[in-house]
Amino acid sequence: MATGAASEADPAPAAAVADGDDVLLRAENLVKYFPIKGTGLFQQKEYVHAVDGVSLSIRRGQTFGVVGETGCGKSTLARCIARLHDVTSGRIIFDGQDITKLSQRTMRPLRREIQMIFQDPIGSLNPRRRVGSIIGDPFAIHKLAAGSERKKRVQELMERVGLNPEHFNRFPAEFSGGQRQRIGVARALAFQPKLIICDEPVSALDVSVQAQVINLLADLQTDFGLTYIFIAHDLSVVRHVSNSIGVMYLGKVTEIAPAEELFRAPRHPYTGALLSAVPVPNPELSDQRQQIILAGDVPSPVAPPSGCRFHPRCPKAAPVCVAEDPPLEPRLGDGPEHPAACHLPMAEGENLADFRPSISEQERVVEVEGSLLPEGAEPEDIADALPARGEGGTP
Amino acid sequence: MALLEVEDLRVSFNTPDGVVQAVRGVSYNIEAGQTLGIVGESGSGKSVSTQTIMGLTKGARISGRAVFEGQDLLTASPDQMRDIRGAKVGMIFQDPLSSLHPYYTVGWQIVEMIRLHDDMSKDQAMKRAVELLRLVGIPQPDRRVDDYPHQFSGGMRQRAMIAMAMALNPALLIADEPTTALDVTVQAQVLRVIRRMQEIFGTAVILITHDLGVIADVADEVLVMYGGKVMERADRRTLFFASHHPYTEGLLQSMPSYGGDRERLRPIPGQPPSLLAPPPGCPFAPRCVYVMDKCAEMPALDPVGEKPGHLSACWLPHNEADREAVRRRVAHVELAKSAGPAGA
Repeated sequence: MATGAASEADPAPAAAVADGDDVLLRAENLVKYFPIKGTGLFQQKEYVHAVDGVSLSIRRGQTFGVVGETGCGKSTLARCIARLHDVTSGRIIFDGQDITKLSQRTMRPLRREIQMIFQDPIGSLNPRRRVGSIIGDPFAIHKLAAGSERKKRVQELMERVGLNPEHFNRFPAEFSGGQRQRIGVARALAFQPKLIICDEPVSALDVSVQAQVINLLADLQTDFGLTYIFIAHDLSVVRHVSNSIGVMYLGKVTEIAPAEELFRAPRHPYTGALLSAVPVPNPELSDQRQQIILAGDVPSPVAPPSGCRFHPRCPKAAPVCVAEDPPLEPRLGDGPEHPAACHLPMAEGENLADFRPSISEQERVVEVEGSLLPEGAEPEDIADALPARGEGGTP
Repeated sequence: MALLEVEDLRVSFNTPDGVVQAVRGVSYNIEAGQTLGIVGESGSGKSVSTQTIMGLTKGARISGRAVFEGQDLLTASPDQMRDIRGAKVGMIFQDPLSSLHPYYTVGWQIVEMIRLHDDMSKDQAMKRAVELLRLVGIPQPDRRVDDYPHQFSGGMRQRAMIAMAMALNPALLIADEPTTALDVTVQAQVLRVIRRMQEIFGTAVILITHDLGVIADVADEVLVMYGGKVMERADRRTLFFASHHPYTEGLLQSMPSYGGDRERLRPIPGQPPSLLAPPPGCPFAPRCVYVMDKCAEMPALDPVGEKPGHLSACWLPHNEADREAVRRRVAHVELAKSAGPAGA
């Protein structure tokens, strides 16, 4: 099982994917820390390690999905790429140009090319402005069109995203959730950007409406050759839209792979556990599969664990995982497009439930599942601790 | 006899814009120990119907019956309801942070709840609270019992809510979107806790969710709601593999399939209906591909298909073969319609 993966020592793992004209965006060792306290003179500073050394590259016309749990840094990563946050260190190369240190003014023309769509279609639209003027904003800011020309362009956009152009003068509140998200899409689309970062674009929508928006995004991608970064916590949605997917855990990328390959042969145990936790809308499959339920919660990003950040919760954790941070590189003979940051990657068909960590108790989180029913206790013992039914309600 | 029997429940609210008819004639029952899943989109009335049963919809106009252990909850006095809520029917909600009081420790809140219904000393109640927290998988429960809600993570708060809801060993647990705000790995933990509690105590569970994946995981029976009405009721397998109602079909088709083929999704066209002035007849008709003239009249929730207990409110033929013929005809028309614009 152990491979000589280390032999192909690769200096820039994620960038190893054929770099050249077809790469639209490349992030190199991107780091973003947020200071939280200790800003006083003699206090030690503490930081939230939101994004901690992320390298990836995204090809033109493709969709790169980012998955991970709350607090894993996926939204911060997106905001860094859009230059809404200044990065702490690392480089962002967009369309062959290093945009990491560009000033507000030099960044401005590039802002047209990188747009964002947000999760909350209500929060991202000003309730007191009419839809026509919201979508027309980009034209005004970049002084591209005014007057009737602007109105015409806005109405074209509205039509393109499936809104009635006659609703130009309505307020956001007069639209439904799905329609509001279409307004957000129209606004992002105003300049036919090269890259659209979608941060949980369909999470707030009902299933039937969610599908409408996903299809719209797919159509626009074909028509305008857009590149998407698609962030979502719903793995089946990400799988549906993405060409390749990056998995994040506590500020680091743990695995990147083509969508199908990630689901078929996850290498990182975290990916394996994450995939097994997704509820499957198919009773047949959900009865068969074996869920790996992770113990405990994600550790604090202020003081992330040493070595591999997943080691306290990992069923395969070994002493090496505590000591060394595994590099993101192809494992078990995978191609360069499928790197994983794991010392003990999973072989295909391997069952995580068969493993027990070989590290000391202190290095692990407390085993939660074990306490669900104490060792050797019968359900009846527990039930005895509670009142018999019907006796509880004495007034 | 069923544990809870809901009959023709109707709930409407007066709002400045007019009367919102949130629930329009819902009937169902749940047996002891069973898990009933209620799925529906926002505004389908799935939450309002259970909240009304628990007497939590103030100022609403309510009619119908909801008989729990022989007593009609809709006519029960506030005192009677207080005895039932918590003691006989436990509830957990989507957002555990706003259901827990930020000023009091988690343990204190569970103790208060126990002592409200049960005559026991504070020490005894605290012991039981620790035991409950251990049961739902809170590490070091004897210490964490003195923590405040903000010191718990989202998943732990939801576990604490479950512990509180189970404190008096209720016969029925109502879980309203219990995992919607949680990450998938935490969701899996919480669903397992609910299932485990159900195994241990034989509690009946009503699980309200919009996530068909969760339904496929845990529900025995499923109720599909739309526009304040029940569209279909079936056991889990029948619902996923042999559903009858076009709305159920639409819901299943609009999900990105876990099988993972990247074909286009087939969303349900249009928007959910407004409940301000719902049109007579089937609420789904305006979005339905099979719509016929008859749909102006609301069909009854009748038995369909081969499985007993499979009910559907739709005019489509009840037997599979005839329905298939209609489906094929409609699919043909749809295909001709969509032949123009290219589908990627």
